[in-house]
Parts: sequence; C-alpha cells; structure tokens
Amino acid sequence: MSTSIPVSRAYLDNTTDDPTRRAPLVVGDNDFHSVTEAVCGIPEMPKTPPAWWIAFFISLSLTGVLFAMITYLITTGVGVWGLQVPVAWGWAIVNFVFWVGIGHAGTLISAILFLLRQRWRTSINRFAEGMTIFAVVCAGIFPGIHVGRVWVAYWLAPIPNQMSMWPNFRSPLLWDVFAVGTYATVSLLFWYMGMIPDLATLRDRAKTKVRWFIYGILSLGWRSSNRHWHRFEMAYLLLAALATPLVLSVHSVVSFDFAVSIVPGWHTTIFPPYFVAGAIFSGFAMVVTLVIPTRKFFHLEEIITLRHLESMSKIMLATGMMVGLAYSTEFFIAWYSGNSYEAFTFLNRAFGPYAWAYWIMVSCNVLVPQIFWFKKLRTNIVVLWCASILINVGMWFERFVIVVSSLSRDYLPSSWGYYRPSIVDIMTFVGSFGLFMTLFLLFVRFLPIVGMAEVKGVMPQAHLKDVAVMGHGDYHGDILTEKGKVKA
Amino acid sequence: MSADTTTRAAVAEKETTFYGLVASFDKIDEFLAAVAEVRDAGFSRWDTHTPFVVHGLDAAMGIKPTKLPFVVFGAGLTGCAAGIGLQWFTNAFDYPFMISGKPIFSLPANIPVAFEMTILFSAISALLGMLVFNRLPQLSHPLHSSRLMKRATDDRFLISIEAADPTFDPIKTRELLESLGPLQVEAVEA
Repeated sequence: MSTSIPVSRAYLDNTTDDPTRRAPLVVGDNDFHSVTEAVCGIPEMPKTPPAWWIAFFISLSLTGVLFAMITYLITTGVGVWGLQVPVAWGWAIVNFVFWVGIGHAGTLISAILFLLRQRWRTSINRFAEGMTIFAVVCAGIFPGIHVGRVWVAYWLAPIPNQMSMWPNFRSPLLWDVFAVGTYATVSLLFWYMGMIPDLATLRDRAKTKVRWFIYGILSLGWRSSNRHWHRFEMAYLLLAALATPLVLSVHSVVSFDFAVSIVPGWHTTIFPPYFVAGAIFSGFAMVVTLVIPTRKFFHLEEIITLRHLESMSKIMLATGMMVGLAYSTEFFIAWYSGNSYEAFTFLNRAFGPYAWAYWIMVSCNVLVPQIFWFKKLRTNIVVLWCASILINVGMWFERFVIVVSSLSRDYLPSSWGYYRPSIVDIMTFVGSFGLFMTLFLLFVRFLPIVGMAEVKGVMPQAHLKDVAVMGHGDYHGDILTEKGKVKA
Repeated sequence: MSADTTTRAAVAEKETTFYGLVASFDKIDEFLAAVAEVRDAGFSRWDTHTPFVVHGLDAAMGIKPTKLPFVVFGAGLTGCAAGIGLQWFTNAFDYPFMISGKPIFSLPANIPVAFEMTILFSAISALLGMLVFNRLPQLSHPLHSSRLMKRATDDRFLISIEAADPTFDPIKTRELLESLGPLQVEAVEA
C-alpha cells in the first residue's frame, strides 16, 4: 500500500477477537480512495512486472501442451490414454470432478457467505469467483474429450441429430450436462455483474483512449446511480439466492454419475453431501494457494488480511472434518450393510493395490487440516500455504480413489485390472493447470481482483458516525438532519 | 394552455443548454442528511451517485422497492415448465424411450434438469431484468461529462438534479444545494 509503510508489520494482524467491537476487515490507514488506488493500481501498472511475464510464459506453454495432447488424442483415438477395461473412467473423469470441485469455493464465498452476511467475503469474493470460472473451463474440457468421438459431442445436447433420437433424460450424465452448463453460465453472470461498478471505476480513471473505450464498453455506462444500485442490489441478492441451491446441486449431480450406478464403492446415498463438502474443502484450498502469493506480490495485505486467511483455514478445518466423517461412515456402512462386495471394496481401498493412493488421501485431507486447530499454525502464512497445496493433492487423490479403485476390482475377480495413466494422461492434466493459470494471470493483470465497491461498503467510513442516535446499529431507520428527525 | 406550452418550451430550451446540477460530498452523514433535504424539497427528476451501496439511502431518497423479484419468479416458473416440457417432448412424446421397464414419463427422474433450467432462466432474467429496468447499457449520458462524476466511482457521494425537473430553478436549486454543505456544486451541460 502506498499510503503507509510502517516499520512494524504487527498492525497487519487483525485476528484477535475483541467482543466489544467488530474486527476491522481492512487494516492500516486506508480510506475509500486508497482502496481504489491499491486495487486499480494492478490493472493500471504502466509496466507489466517481469515475474508476471515469466509466470504467463510458463502457463501459456503448458496450455500449448494441453491443446497438443488434445489434438493427439482426437487424431489418434482414446487408446493414447491409459484406459483399459475394467477401468474405463480414468484421469479424465478424475480431473473433471477435481476441477468442478475447485470451482465450488468461489460460489460458496460469493453466494452462501453473502446470504449468511459474512462481510469478510468482500475482499476475496471477486478473486474466488474468477477462480470458479477458470476451474469450470478446465472441468468442461475433460468430459468433452472423454466422449471418444469428439465431433459428435453435440449429441449431449437436446438438438435434432442424424440418428433422429433424443438424449436420455433419465441418465445422470445428461443431468450433469445441464448442471455444469447452468453452473458455468450463472457463475459468469454473477462474476460479471458484480464487476460492473468496478469496471466503471477503471473507466473513470482511464488515462488512455483505449482503456477508456474498453472499460467503458464493459461497464455498460454505469453511472453509480442509487436508483440503479437499488435494482443492482436486488439482482445480486437474487443471484446469490439462486446460486446457493445451484452450487449444492452441481456436485450432487456430479456424485449421481457414480451413485446411480451399481458399482460397489459408488452406489451409496452419502455421495451428494460428501461430494459437496469435499468440493468446498478443495475449493478453499485452491483459493488459499492462489491468494497468498497474489496478495504478497501486489501488496494487498491490508485488504486481503490475515483474518481472511484465518477464516478460510477454519472453513477448511470444518469441511475437512466432514470429509473425514464421510470416509469413516463409508467404512461403517460397508461393514454394517453386511454386503460382502461393499465390505471387500473398502478393505481393498485401504489395503489393496491402490492403498498408497488411499493413504495419501487420508493423510492430506483428514490429518493435514488438523493443524488448523492451532492458531499459531493457521496464522502462519507459509504453513497455511503448504497445507493448502497438500489438501489440493489430497482432494485429487480422493477422486482418483473413488473412480479407479472401485472400477479396478468389482464383482468378478477374473475381470480385475490395474490402471496406470499414460504420459498423455499426465501431460493433459498438467496442461489443464497451464490453462487455469493463463486465464488467472490475465484476470489479475487486466481486471479488478478485489470487489472495491463491496470492500468500501464494509469499511468503518461507510457507516454513520452517530449510530446511537439512529436507535439501532443497522441504521435502516430515520435519517437525521440538522433540524431534527426527518421521517424516512 | 398557452402558459403550459411556454413552460414546456422554456424547459426544452433549458434542456438543450444544460442538463442539471451536481453536488459532491465526502462524508456519509452529511450526504444522507442532504439527500433527505432534496427529497423533501419535492424534486422528482433527481438522483444520487455513490461508489458503493449506501444503506439507508433508498429510504432517504424515497425509492420504491423494485419489481425485479416478480420478473425473476416468472422466469423461474417458465424455466421449470420448459425443463419438464423438454423432457416430456423428447423422451415421452416425440420418441418414447422404454428403458429398464420404467414409466415413459416419470417426474422424479426429470427433477434435476427441471431444477437446473429453473435456475438458469431466473439467473439470466435477474441480470437482464436489472439492466432493462436501469436502462443500461447507456454508454452516452450527459453526466459522464461531469468532472465530479469521475469520483463517484471512487470516494465521493453525489446528488444530481435535472434541469428538466418541474420544480427546478437554476438559481434557487443551486442555492439549496450550496446550503447543504457540499464540497462543490457543478453545472453539467447537456
């Protein structure tokens, strides 16, 4: 922050809870203008930092790898992957579930925390929503290329085709098309709508004709009118209220892809809540992984504070425990159901050929978050960042365990197998990170990564000085004038 | 009749010369009090411009709740009907699918898609409805040429009163705005 660079950085710690007052969500000597400066300063940098170029070059190269792998796959056939019966769903489906799950934290932060009036969401929601969209883009690629004959992927949509047949709406795979499609659309709308006032800020600060023109078009001529804000706020509330059941439905529908089948280890009613908790868990881990270096690099520590990181670590602890509970419930039911196939599947997961993957999953997802019980550890940025990486790894392995270990050994021992990914599988997955990071870096460089209009609204300056006169803290009551009370 | 025509002509002339007056504030308390004063002065074609949603401002301006929720509700119902209709038409009517001896048309299996379509239609209508009610996008507007407006997206709180307002008077209205303790008052050209 340009406004103040004190010697001691102790003021950045706002994690102490004092019941007599609300903890500040923006620390340091900041007012509305300094927030604008700090956030707009990033897209307005006269020179792109070399570190950005290096990161962008690496990401763009990996994106190239992704598209090269996809081209190779399409021109050669799915045989280039490690898929073999009995494991016909391999890394593509694992990666799909992984990326969709990552996206869920963005919607949780922007919609569910909004409805729950968690005001700390404002500093990170734009960032997390952006991440959601980029993750959904990566997720959408995998089932698309997994269908085999990519050129007839439009058979997924209910449009007349050469077979004169319609898609089967009783299939969860088709529900998935609708769920993920709706999710991508709504996330994009929500992200864009929230950004309109901030794009107008960039327009009003534009020094060049090009910036003025582009941000001017994108901000749709927004003139901060309160008559507009009134409808904007209602639309935002409605979108939050719509996105909340939507985000819960998306990963539930993804879990139906598995739960509706009769494969032991997949056919369980616990899947929808278990998948949703896991999705939020992994998504928050990804937000933390990205936000820690970003806030440091762009000096946003006063806006995305330690308290924000601490709150996210608490959510990871809670969702990590839910995921742990789901793992143990699965084992309990495998025993309690008395179904020998079910019991075998779970013993096989923990002690069979994929035991290594199972224990990576348990260590990363159940043991690692336990460190968040300790305030010293969860407010230590290095520890938090490393833990978030491990959780990302663990959540990828969770999907791997569910998809691969269940398929590799089902009912008939004669048709058991051991799945190994091919180099093309691996490079495609690595390449998807390139695409994700490329989009993310472009977002960071050209768009407002913090919702300025929302952060300003939760700053102390945005509140009436003499709240006591208003009768109650939320000042929705009468408006005072010097002459006395004016009826609202 | 003739008096009315004259007033209209005068108003029309005023509109061609200038759009109205803009006053800027930097303190929420002073701003809200000033807004209430302007509201009570009986203006109808006026607005406030703030960098973020200021709570209590809707009441201070006397804005009526928007009809947007009804539009979104209607769109949601349409989406739900479209979702169920699509599944009935494709799987039960146009090309009936008999799968695993299940009923040709059964609602439970159609709920997920109907739900997603409900959300999709409502969400799109929420954004489009907001834009339509706000008459956005409107890339050209006299207020965009105001210097004070540049900071309404940053750290200033503005009141704008249009010259087209019937109670607008170039001198009296400026006096009113100046009496409210603004940082600055600016005339905006049309």
